[in-house]
Amino acid sequence: MRIVLGKEQIESAFKKKVEILSNQRILSCYQCGKCSAGCPIGYEMDYLPNKIIRMLQLGMTDDVMKSKTPWLCASCQTCTTRCPREIDVARVMDAIRIIAQVENRSPVKEIPIFNQIFLKSVEFTGRVFEVGVIGAYNFFSLNPFKDIPLGIKMFLKGKLSLMPHSAGNLRGLFKRVREKEKRSAVSDQLL
Amino acid sequence: MYKVAYFPGCSLSSTAKEYGMSTELICKDLGIELVKIQDWSCCGATTAHITSELMAAALPAKNLLWAEKQSLPICSPCSACFSRLKLADIDMKRDARLRADVTEVMGEEYKGTIEILHLWQVIQKYGELKPKKELKGLKVASYYGCLLTRPTEVCPDERIEDPQFLDNLVISLGASPVKWSYKTECCGAAFSLTKTDIVHKLSGEILKDAREADADYIIVACPLCHSNLDARQEEMGLDFRIPVLYFTQLIGLALGYGYSELGMMKHFVQAKGLLNSKGLL
Ligand code: SF4
Ligand code: SF4
Repeated sequence: MRIVLGKEQIESAFKKKVEILSNQRILSCYQCGKCSAGCPIGYEMDYLPNKIIRMLQLGMTDDVMKSKTPWLCASCQTCTTRCPREIDVARVMDAIRIIAQVENRSPVKEIPIFNQIFLKSVEFTGRVFEVGVIGAYNFFSLNPFKDIPLGIKMFLKGKLSLMPHSAGNLRGLFKRVREKEKRSAVSDQLL
Repeated sequence: MYKVAYFPGCSLSSTAKEYGMSTELICKDLGIELVKIQDWSCCGATTAHITSELMAAALPAKNLLWAEKQSLPICSPCSACFSRLKLADIDMKRDARLRADVTEVMGEEYKGTIEILHLWQVIQKYGELKPKKELKGLKVASYYGCLLTRPTEVCPDERIEDPQFLDNLVISLGASPVKWSYKTECCGAAFSLTKTDIVHKLSGEILKDAREADADYIIVACPLCHSNLDARQEEMGLDFRIPVLYFTQLIGLALGYGYSELGMMKHFVQAKGLLNSKGLL
């Protein structure tokens, strides 16, 4: 397939956002494939990590946003550690996920749901309240009985508590972070 | 006495209670004083860094600030917490703007003057380890996983593709480390609840490789790795079982502590039979 590259592809706004958020230079990738060779989740991905980087170079915003790859990234840091161009690929995956969640364009539903529930628990109790997080996640991901036998065994071993252990809430901090992010996003025309 | 601010992390009061129990027990013997961080709060774990850059730095910063005010180094026994604390510190040092934003939302500035360590580093650097018992005849697979050594900046002194410190610890306790290929492979931690099939595959392969290397036990230094390798082991359809211990429990055994003091009955795959047969209990 012949692809004509113009300025708008190479300097796509999306690529720029990813570069700013991840603090990486996407164009320095020379497509050696080492990131993908070591990726433990490659077998499940629709595009391997090096392809995602290439697609960003080519300004293929929609294809990157629709890809499941960033959502399957386990943040294991293997790619980041091995890249000969010192690109922090794991952080590029983070940036794509952040943008997709802000723009509400994530192609998978369960992981953003889990994130939100997890962070709500932190916002309200300062820590993670496992039973609450698992229960709420199962409820919202429409899989109410997932991991129940495991949970019961954990409970019997004294590993799960039915009441949250609170460290005081972090609502003030969460509010300030949200406000700060809104202000900087507007001033940078990022989001 | 070596004093360090102690960040246990959320798992240590729930799924990894035994990691906390064994850590507190052995640190006393090793001359390490763990100073609990007052009202420590979650580091953001696997979720903050894929949701918001500022949140991913601010959550750890809250705890770093406390330690900095006491002029204490900070340590966590959880690889994921350690990684988030350390990466937040590195990011705030590298990115002046992020640091200013964190200062604004926290209302005070983190200066970045303290050392951030994983528990094993504290034990290796400052612990006075005097084993009372030799763990002879024990074949141990040391599992490092991802976040204990990667990326390079979090653990600059190690051989990143083939780390040795846990293996060296095993030797110093009189046991034998096995050679195996999966010591730094990913267990799928972030997906324990959301993509459990990935965990079954990745963790299953780690267990199989340890088995092929003829290990009696696997040791780990992270509660997320532990719950994937131990609590989910029986979901994987394997025709063997291999007990997974925290490295602190292995040290505890060598220091003469008992099975229940070290919280070992809390594991899903019990280690008792094997330990008894080797005369170690
Ligand atoms: S390892 Fe680095 S240079 Fe090689 S393809 Fe991946 S991102 Fe590009
Ligand atoms: S960090 Fe993500 S993309 Fe990189 S090797 Fe690990 S799972 Fe693959």
